[in-house]
Amino acid sequence: MSRVPGTRQVDHPLLFELGGSGLNSAWLPASDVPAAKPSDLPTELRAEAPPALPEVGELAVVRHYKRLAHRNFSVDANFYPLGSCTMKYNPRINERVAAMSGFAHLHPCQEDADVQGTLELLYRLRCDLAEIAGLAEVTLQPAAGAHGEMTGLMIINAYHRSRGEHRQKVLAPDTAHGTNPASCAVCGRDACTVRSKPNGRVDLDDLRAQVDENTVAMMITNPNTCGVFDEQIADIAKILHAKGAQLYFDGANMNAVLGMTRPGDFGVDVMHFNTHKTFSTPHGGGGPGAGPVAVAEHLRPFLPVPQVVKKSDGTFGWDADRPASIGKVRSFYGQIGVLVRAYTYIRSLGHDGLKDVAERAVLAANYLAARLKNRYKLPFPPPYAHEFILVPEFPGSDVTEHDIAKRLIDHGIHPPTMSWPIHHCLMIEPTETESLSTLDQFVTAMLDIADEIERDSETVRSAPHTMPVRRLDEVTASRKPNVRWKGE
Amino acid sequence: MRYTQITEKQERAMLEDIGARSIEELFSTIPSALRLKTSLKIPAGVSELELLRDVESLASRNHPCSEAVCFLGAGAYDHFIPTVVDALAAQTEFVTAYTPYQAEASQGILQLFYEFQTMVCQITGMDVANASLYEGATAAAEAMMMASSITRRNRLIVPDNVHPDILSVLRTYEREREQEMVIAPSKDGLVDESALGDLLDDSTAAVLVQSPNFFGCVEQLDRMIPKIQACGALAVVSMDPISSGVLKSPGALGADIVVAEGQALGVPLQYGGPWLGLMATREAHLRKMPGRIVGMTRDSEGRRGFCLALQTREQHIKRERATSNVCTNQGLLAVRASIYLAAMGRQGIAEVARQSFDKAHYAAAEIAKLDGFSLRFPQAPFFKEFAVRTTKNVKNVIEKCRERGILAGVPLARFGERYSDTFLVAVTEKRTRQEIDQLVAALKAA
Repeated sequence: MSRVPGTRQVDHPLLFELGGSGLNSAWLPASDVPAAKPSDLPTELRAEAPPALPEVGELAVVRHYKRLAHRNFSVDANFYPLGSCTMKYNPRINERVAAMSGFAHLHPCQEDADVQGTLELLYRLRCDLAEIAGLAEVTLQPAAGAHGEMTGLMIINAYHRSRGEHRQKVLAPDTAHGTNPASCAVCGRDACTVRSKPNGRVDLDDLRAQVDENTVAMMITNPNTCGVFDEQIADIAKILHAKGAQLYFDGANMNAVLGMTRPGDFGVDVMHFNTHKTFSTPHGGGGPGAGPVAVAEHLRPFLPVPQVVKKSDGTFGWDADRPASIGKVRSFYGQIGVLVRAYTYIRSLGHDGLKDVAERAVLAANYLAARLKNRYKLPFPPPYAHEFILVPEFPGSDVTEHDIAKRLIDHGIHPPTMSWPIHHCLMIEPTETESLSTLDQFVTAMLDIADEIERDSETVRSAPHTMPVRRLDEVTASRKPNVRWKGE
Repeated sequence: MRYTQITEKQERAMLEDIGARSIEELFSTIPSALRLKTSLKIPAGVSELELLRDVESLASRNHPCSEAVCFLGAGAYDHFIPTVVDALAAQTEFVTAYTPYQAEASQGILQLFYEFQTMVCQITGMDVANASLYEGATAAAEAMMMASSITRRNRLIVPDNVHPDILSVLRTYEREREQEMVIAPSKDGLVDESALGDLLDDSTAAVLVQSPNFFGCVEQLDRMIPKIQACGALAVVSMDPISSGVLKSPGALGADIVVAEGQALGVPLQYGGPWLGLMATREAHLRKMPGRIVGMTRDSEGRRGFCLALQTREQHIKRERATSNVCTNQGLLAVRASIYLAAMGRQGIAEVARQSFDKAHYAAAEIAKLDGFSLRFPQAPFFKEFAVRTTKNVKNVIEKCRERGILAGVPLARFGERYSDTFLVAVTEKRTRQEIDQLVAALKAA
């Protein structure tokens, strides 16, 4: 994070504290039509005054957002070794393409004939993602990864319904992403936890004990959040299928297996992709994402409508004629601008580049683990996938993983994922795009922090020291929430 | 193109540190039977120049509405986007940042979301807002689930004049939750208030009213909201954020939850997404609201700062009991909407709303004068969009206008047989009188 030159580390004013009454920074041409009649709107529905939005000039607006930007970490400026989140470099070309007028300024109600380029792009992307997944067909409609999870479960539920069954129970390992059980709940299903063994793999005995004719599916991430590829995956699929249950694959860790193996090849029935993780569409401080869902042959009929298709005359269009479809999960067609970026990325890398992604991501993770193993505990044995778990153990010190995370901020490094999937851990995912020197800087930072904990742990416990604010009182923020400006 | 940076020499050194002979060895946990034996069947990677040729050729096969005169609406609007929005939102500290879990390293985006929440409250007339949801239709679905959770009731009422995509999404969501969704009829473009009254009972969790509705008509929320609340149900209102410059806010009229599609606030059309879902509610329901919420707090030295608040509500802690699985927000679109609202300001939003209102009314009056054209709902008040009925063939009319470079409107045939003679016309502040006159002339000639 850089500072705007000349600014002191003080409270940055809120937009509402800037400027003066009556200012604004966007002008419209004078209206060239007659004013509507007052009788065109009932008095009781007419606004007495416009909303109390800020009133600031353009330069003040520019400086305000410039300064806010400077108070932020980003992949462009900072290393994000953030397990399960895959914060890789977002190529500039993605943004250039998405901003092209031909893509950015299409109205969703335009005739298919006017949007053939976009439709072809979406069709190609749909096919590429099916190939990467090793599955039959893909819907591009879901708006985010968790939205894809929900869509996938709805597809599975519709499949069971079509066979005259109602199933209620969804299994997920104790190391599952928090969104998995929440997605079950949204679909009105019950999430049940399957134990993991000490080596980070699913406990097959526990799975066998729990799976039955009431099981909708199991939701699994592989390689999992412990950073290990569960080699029992094909057996897991068999155990589920024997009871008519489906295997749902959370695509959060696809970065580790691109071009090496395919979920469809290891028995998966449904999976979602996280475009911002696997295909380098930027995360935007929380979104937008996109969550395409791939399904096996028997689940095709249940995909959301409409589906982009290539017609017999070679043109592209939308097919809404799928009577067994779950319906729509989002307005219009999906996160098109995000999908354009994902397409651009896949085309730029191609099959060879995608495989290179997995290789380099796995190399980088194993390298970091090897460099850190003498000072931090690695609870699971190598080799690791693209991420690994590390546990700080410093006898006689009460420094926590949170303190280490906050101290990394002072090194300009975004903290890793913390305290999950096991207690007191850091989950580290360097991704394939970082240079060796960045990886080494991280190693140095982690080793320095280890030294610091042994020497003077207070510096670590009170970190960060270089940010515009010190540690924030998050408890009060939730206990006495102040979530909007009401004036002083 | 490759975005990796590790050289072969470095790779050898790294493998040595790891104690592995090859990268292949690092994948030894994937059983060989599951290993992909051939390359993925997608084309090989290309250079940047080849890539640009490919995407430019695709882009050139599109005909963007920016190269025509656009009267298309139906939930997606061609409002003006001030230059500062693109310029400031493109800062990569916003574009490539992560979800701000680490507050100290994310004060910029957190403060921005706090300001965004405040501005959403100002527009909706509500107490509290979240930092955005996927888009308008899923926001409506989330609001209805939230209302169900608050009232512990299962019956949802939705009039047939809300956006068809909102209806479809609600149906998809509610089917899984075994809730009852009842469709209320509309009459002359507006919710049939007496029919709605008959449907309300003490099992009703919520009624979703869209105003302006799918046909552009402004509903009598002042009359409907008290009736909905009288049976203990929540009034959920889907609004057009731009309309806040002219219309009384749903909050001022008593709504319990307000949702909106925020695309009109500085977000490009992008063929339908990514867009921006807005949600606001009363203070009492804050803890039931899904999505990210940013709170103001203090740091250990007493300085003002911001962090994610109330994270215990959803998938972080509750997991199995969560009423929403929303994990992301539309951060970058919230950035755009914030900058848009900051740039427009109080007077700007009033002017955008007023000009859209005036121009739509001018267009409607002119079109209604044409032989073979009339307003479908002449009695209903409207904001910036209206339904036109014609005795001519709608498809031909739209096609004739398109040949003149005018996107005249959205045919409503796909929303049911009874609308096969109707199309929706939207007019924003961007349309000039001359363009409106061109539309009128094109319709006349069609």
